[in-house]
Amino acid sequence: MNEFAQQTIEFISQPWPWWMGGVVIGLTLFLLFFFDKEFGLSANLRTMCAADGAGDYVDFFKFDWSKQGWNLMVAFGATFGGYMAANYFGGDDKAHVSPTTIELLNEIAGEEIFAMDNLPPIVPGTTVVQQNIHPFWDIYSWQSLFTVRGFIIIIIGGFMIGFGARYAGGCTSGHAISGLADLQVPSLVAVSGFFIGGLIMTWLFLPSILRIAF
Amino acid sequence: MKVFKYILVGFVFGFGMWKLEAVSTFRIIEMFHFQSFHMFGIIMSGVSIGLIITRLFKTGKLKTVKGKEHKFSDKDHSWPRYILGGLIFGMGWALTGVCSGMMFLLLGSGYTVFAVFLGAALLGTYAYGYFRKWLPH
Repeated sequence: MNEFAQQTIEFISQPWPWWMGGVVIGLTLFLLFFFDKEFGLSANLRTMCAADGAGDYVDFFKFDWSKQGWNLMVAFGATFGGYMAANYFGGDDKAHVSPTTIELLNEIAGEEIFAMDNLPPIVPGTTVVQQNIHPFWDIYSWQSLFTVRGFIIIIIGGFMIGFGARYAGGCTSGHAISGLADLQVPSLVAVSGFFIGGLIMTWLFLPSILRIAF
Repeated sequence: MKVFKYILVGFVFGFGMWKLEAVSTFRIIEMFHFQSFHMFGIIMSGVSIGLIITRLFKTGKLKTVKGKEHKFSDKDHSWPRYILGGLIFGMGWALTGVCSGMMFLLLGSGYTVFAVFLGAALLGTYAYGYFRKWLPH
């Protein structure tokens, strides 16, 4: 039995193939619809603002946020899912990107940091446990937060995510998944916006931002 | 017990997205350079299965837990918000390599600096609420 458990953990810990996306997203949508709810994680940001009393100052946050408690629980579940996957089913903890991406990442860094036998980690950052990453890719850590580069990515980037998601009325889960699955034209427009914005950022600005002194 | 089912749904999604490497900034860079099918495969397979599930609920073949039909709400047809908001979100997505759902997973996984990221996202949401009446929708 112990060996079986061990094998199961090892099996789950492998990197998952892309088509598992259909299983995971399908299951998520089915369960939420079955419970008579919608899928949209960024709505939680609005709820959190409202729960912090933002409704006293701005009407947009004046709504019965207690009815949104279920969605906060979905976000909490996702947080816990991230914890379990990263700490107990992490496998080799690598992002299994393509060889061309490895070349690209090294080109951006101007240094041969990654190779096919030395793949990048899932997250470009450090935790208490995970310490060994090249300083160039140490973006998500507390010491990085106090650099210009870290500030731009964490603070300004985070701000854009929160602002843009609410302005567009949804994020990747609300528009790219549930909106497209419901053949909503507004969602298609929003997702096109996500991609055009993403391409502009990735191709025009991201390499220079990553190269800012850190 | 009422909240447990929602935690479970979030867990399935969060655990899966981590193992699919959709949380990885490197995967997002790869996607925006069209260097792998992986991320597109996740979204396309998710949307395809989602299409079927949405159809089944819309046609009443699948019912909610209370045996009723699930109500879907159409999104407003007002374009500037989707274009401008979409562009800003997309730029933030590519800049950080993280979308709003993934920051919860990353926070849970032990990258505690995502608490600050979440704070910045909340500030952005608040700023939208504040400037809402002056923005084109």
